Amino acid sequence: MKMSNEDELSQHFEITGRDFSNAGKASTSIKEILQEIGIDSSITVRASIAAYEAEMNVVMYAKKGVLTLNITPEKLRLKLEDEGPGIGDIEMAMQEGFSTATDEMREMGFGAGMGLPNIKKNADRFEISSTPGIGTSLDITFCLSQTEKK
Amino acid sequence: MNQYLHSIRIDTEKCNGRMKCMRVCPTQAIRIRNGKAVIIEEKCIDCGECITACPNNAIIPLTDPFGELTKFRHTVAIPSPALYAQFGREILPEKILSGIKKLGFDDAFDLAFTCGEVSFAIQEYLREYKGPKPLISNVCPTVVRLIQVKYPALIDQVIPIDIPRELAAREIKKSKSKQLGLKEKEIGTFYLTPCPVKMISIKQPAEKGKSFIDGAISISDIYGPLLSAMESIEKGSYRKALENICILGIGWAMVGGICRTLRLKNSLAVSGLSEILKVFDDIERGKLRNIDFIEAYSCPQGCVGGSLTVENLYISYNKILKLIETLEFEQIKACPDIREVRKLYSQKYFFIDGKLEPRPLRPLDKDLAKAIKKRKEKEDIYELLPKIDCGICGAPTCLAFAEDVVKGEAELTDCIFNLPQKFADLSQELSELLNKSASLSSIRSNISKAQNKKD
Repeated sequence: MKMSNEDELSQHFEITGRDFSNAGKASTSIKEILQEIGIDSSITVRASIAAYEAEMNVVMYAKKGVLTLNITPEKLRLKLEDEGPGIGDIEMAMQEGFSTATDEMREMGFGAGMGLPNIKKNADRFEISSTPGIGTSLDITFCLSQTEKK
Repeated sequence: MNQYLHSIRIDTEKCNGRMKCMRVCPTQAIRIRNGKAVIIEEKCIDCGECITACPNNAIIPLTDPFGELTKFRHTVAIPSPALYAQFGREILPEKILSGIKKLGFDDAFDLAFTCGEVSFAIQEYLREYKGPKPLISNVCPTVVRLIQVKYPALIDQVIPIDIPRELAAREIKKSKSKQLGLKEKEIGTFYLTPCPVKMISIKQPAEKGKSFIDGAISISDIYGPLLSAMESIEKGSYRKALENICILGIGWAMVGGICRTLRLKNSLAVSGLSEILKVFDDIERGKLRNIDFIEAYSCPQGCVGGSLTVENLYISYNKILKLIETLEFEQIKACPDIREVRKLYSQKYFFIDGKLEPRPLRPLDKDLAKAIKKRKEKEDIYELLPKIDCGICGAPTCLAFAEDVVKGEAELTDCIFNLPQKFADLSQELSELLNKSASLSSIRSNISKAQNKKD
């Protein structure tokens, strides 16, 4: 859990697929940590939205996943590794409006096909890789210092 | 050196540190220090939960005493519609307003009418608004403060239409001063309030503008005298009294009252802080974008649930509901003139003076690297704690205690579960001391023996 580096904070959040009653808890905790540390509120909002979308993707589609929050004075990173069906066509999944959500999910307000594009829109850097039948991993970065931005 | 004014004060004579307030506080703003409750100013949002929870009445709402009235040449009472909800269908607003005048006010103003006007104004604003949704009502000052502290990202979604009590007071000052030939400051406007937070929104408006209200008097303080005052009022025509009630405004006392008047397809009405937190989390995640308007009250059931009301909140909620149903049944629609409201709206009459700014909590440290380090320390300290949130250390939860320790506001040994360690350390220290003194005394006796030998 704990990293050796003094000014680096790392925390893991386990997410269970289909566990809708606990859905959103990881991203709420992440938001609280960011507020406590005093991360700029606009970055906190963007990171919380990205964390929430990533978390909900696991809840809706995967078996389970781990969301890792990593903060240094330079950058904030959210890494997600899940075990699930994976994404066959990433390019398609990155298009707004594309979704494989069921009617039930849509009824709950999800599945508008905004998840992944929304993460990308809010992040400073976004990487995605996926192996069908194995799982998906996301690497989402937010810059905290000016030098990092360049 | 308090940056923020608050509407409550703790009477240390009466407080015996029973922690009831600390446990109910939704923002964890209370600690017990040296057996007495202490409020952490920056965290308090003036919800008043602690006032109701205290078994000793040691938490005192800072409302104005009646004596304040003598400071003005002319006084006008502006009762919250929640006052109407304290009485049944038999005692209608008209009688209540006459009763208030008997208590020493020169006039009493029916706020429900202004509420109706504001309902129309909100409708206008909603129609032309193009920004992110939902828009959030600003009628509950605790909710506005919650947004400033915990949801700064939602600040631009708070409706910038001024609240009815302020608009009414502004209008009263203007018209009365003209009518009576007095200065505006010689006219005292007093809000009869169902909760203490209104007091603070008067003394220190969240938008940093100036309030037009001169004071707030608690409904619970006025209830008894008002009942007696109304006894001698002759019963007038029931129908006529009904016809004076603004159906659009009367509902503002209860949750859902505003939504009811706006006739929107997608609106939500929420009450109770824990429920509001859930809804606001969802707004922040963008989940409620299809909702146009949200009205939220920190008190359960809305203003009728305020800590300074008298009647049971479900009963008073029901009384307002029945009154609205009666008005609907009788087809009484005493409303402000919508064309007049539209005209005023286009003249910016309803817009609030000043802008709402965020009020984020102090982070663990100003320096990001240090804050990260402290956050890790907090986690480490938390691991040492029993995690049963017993509260004996004076903090509401083990996690809050860990934060206090990191901030240097508490000592790890304040936790009784860490006391054995403290005892162990102390006894170690003590035995070392004893050993030292024992060896010292043996040295002394040796010296004296040696001296004796010399002699």
